[in-house]
Amino acid sequence: MTAEERPASIQGAVCPMPLRHYDKIVMGHGSGGRMTQDLITQCFAPYLSNPALDAGNDYATLSTNINGPLAVSTDAHIVSPLIFPGGDIGKLAVCGTVNDVAMSGAVPLGLTASFILEEGLSTQTLVEIVKSMAESALEAGVPIVAGDTKVVERGKADGLFISTAGIGHFPKIFAIGGAEAKPGDVVLISGTLGDHGIAVLTARGDLAFETQVKSDVAPLNHMIQQILAVAPHVHVLRDPTRGGLATTLNEIAEQSQVNITIDEKTIPVKPAVQTACEMLGFDPLYVANEGKLIVIVPENEADAALAIMKKNTYGIDACRIGRVIESPAGRVLLKTQIGATRVLDVMAGEILPRIC
Amino acid sequence: MKYLDEFRDADLVKIVLDKIHRVTKHPWVIMEICGGQTHSIMQNGIDQLLPPEIELVHGPGCPVCVTSLELVDKALAIASLPNVIMCSYGDMLRVPGSGKDLFSIRASGGQVKIVYSPLDAVKIAQANPDKEIVFFAVGFETTAPANLMSVIQAQSLGLKNFSVLVSQVTVPPAMHAILASSENRVQGFLAAGHVCSVMGYHEYLPIAAKYRIPIVVTGFEPLDILNGILMTVEQLEAGTFEVQNGYNRVVSKEGNLPAQALIKKVYMQCDRNWRGIGMIPMSGWCLRPEYVEFDAETRFSVENIKTKESEICIAGQILQGIKKPPQCPAFGTLCTPEAPLGATMVSSEGACAAYYRFARYEKEKS
Repeated sequence: MTAEERPASIQGAVCPMPLRHYDKIVMGHGSGGRMTQDLITQCFAPYLSNPALDAGNDYATLSTNINGPLAVSTDAHIVSPLIFPGGDIGKLAVCGTVNDVAMSGAVPLGLTASFILEEGLSTQTLVEIVKSMAESALEAGVPIVAGDTKVVERGKADGLFISTAGIGHFPKIFAIGGAEAKPGDVVLISGTLGDHGIAVLTARGDLAFETQVKSDVAPLNHMIQQILAVAPHVHVLRDPTRGGLATTLNEIAEQSQVNITIDEKTIPVKPAVQTACEMLGFDPLYVANEGKLIVIVPENEADAALAIMKKNTYGIDACRIGRVIESPAGRVLLKTQIGATRVLDVMAGEILPRIC
Repeated sequence: MKYLDEFRDADLVKIVLDKIHRVTKHPWVIMEICGGQTHSIMQNGIDQLLPPEIELVHGPGCPVCVTSLELVDKALAIASLPNVIMCSYGDMLRVPGSGKDLFSIRASGGQVKIVYSPLDAVKIAQANPDKEIVFFAVGFETTAPANLMSVIQAQSLGLKNFSVLVSQVTVPPAMHAILASSENRVQGFLAAGHVCSVMGYHEYLPIAAKYRIPIVVTGFEPLDILNGILMTVEQLEAGTFEVQNGYNRVVSKEGNLPAQALIKKVYMQCDRNWRGIGMIPMSGWCLRPEYVEFDAETRFSVENIKTKESEICIAGQILQGIKKPPQCPAFGTLCTPEAPLGATMVSSEGACAAYYRFARYEKEKS
């Protein structure tokens, strides 16, 4: 049959209807028009619904009957892969900001979340991540009250970036902060170190081995309030995220101008994490955590704080790891497992795997 | 963890330490060859627990440290070429060349990938047939079998877009160079356990005999290192100079014979420049002529490389055990792991980086 003999296709004569159901994010989803509305109503609203968000304004109104200061924190989240054992970028975004606000002793009131979506991102992945954010927000008891989405061309982002901000109030005022560590204080850690970093690294599939390690990403605000109820004179609360325990303790030692000496023997590390670190030449003390808490507390409240942490799901492996002393100020020292003492330094740049 | 916990056991460590204290009667200078051992010594604080008579000096066995500046600069030049993906072990990325490192090449648009195994570079070559994949094959005898396996695999896969920039060095010639130097202070060696796991230790017998120096094959855990020190000191005090194996759970006298056969098949001996030390004759390996098609140095013409080393850095003297990191005027001030002047400040195996990370407090106290 020649071209002339072929019957004309009727479809060619009608104006094509734009597709309404995309399985991938396209530039139009960031236009601010109908497609953006569709994206919000289909991918976000069903999962994140709460009165402040549902009001549909460009702002959210939060009510608090507590006078006094507010705690505010903001965080940008990037992670590859977007979904990893134990969590995903959404859970990371919610827990990260909830935890940052909660570390002040504040009770988080609400979060905002901005999404930078890369053209081509699977909408199913997006929905899965939004659902996970909703679950974490529910567990933390902190609603996501405002949000925004933008779409960038393919290649200009890595799937999805999420930026969150959080606000909290203080039903009770505490003297908590990085500069508050005092000689004589006890250093507690809420559990095993390095789980998140190793879970994410192995999930990338670059390594010739796999682990069963799950990220520890978790909201810690409830545990913090439980600790403060029994140990109201806690001096420092901080989550050892990027840079790990070593880097975070150095920040505290520097801010408080004290020495922190920790005992290597007491530091909890899962055998699988230890093994992965040995193979890669990493030190678990520098590997990231997303659901761990350093508590620096006066000796007389340390046991109570530890006991209450151990009762919480996220603090079962909590233990004492060291002490705050006067000098050398600004330094963290590690008592090694064979009984020597050395400097525990901050991380220099990126952690790099060793050659051999 | 099995095979690790028992070699880090504080009670066992104490028993060996007590023995070392008992047998040590005279001052001795012992060199641990390998950067991994230096790292373990500093990480665990082993040096603090030894009798004051024993001085540990740190050897040249850090591949990141001794890879010649010319080759680092060559890697930087090749990585800057369009269409090239340079694959490297992680800790080579921060090694300073003459003004730049692989991180800064990546930031300027060059494609540089960290690989955990040389075979990953082969996979990248398979996945990117329109790109040139270069693997920076650095290391001592330890990494040689894995590095050359990438060439063998690329050959059997018929890959035309894969090559290696070889900077392969070997331990025995460096030991000769150290012992023959008029400035030498080393009286006993802890040989590198993993190097010996590949090569065995028969090649150290003539060195021990010629220089009348004890050599003990030593592992990397605290108990391994202390045991190596104990065996060396016992020999020094007794005036013997034998090669002993203190790492027999891993090392045999003849080593890994299949790996050695592959090394002979793919590599041949050549002169190598050691960064900070200089040219050591027949101290490395390069590709045999039959593998020249995989040689990145031949494939890419990156001429006119003018190397410029820091004028203050004393890495060369440190790698030969002549000086220690805190004796360098730049240590911890002009030169830090964040802004290294020399390669010894880069890798966690580098003596300067190990001192900076773990022993700075000692320097501050003194």
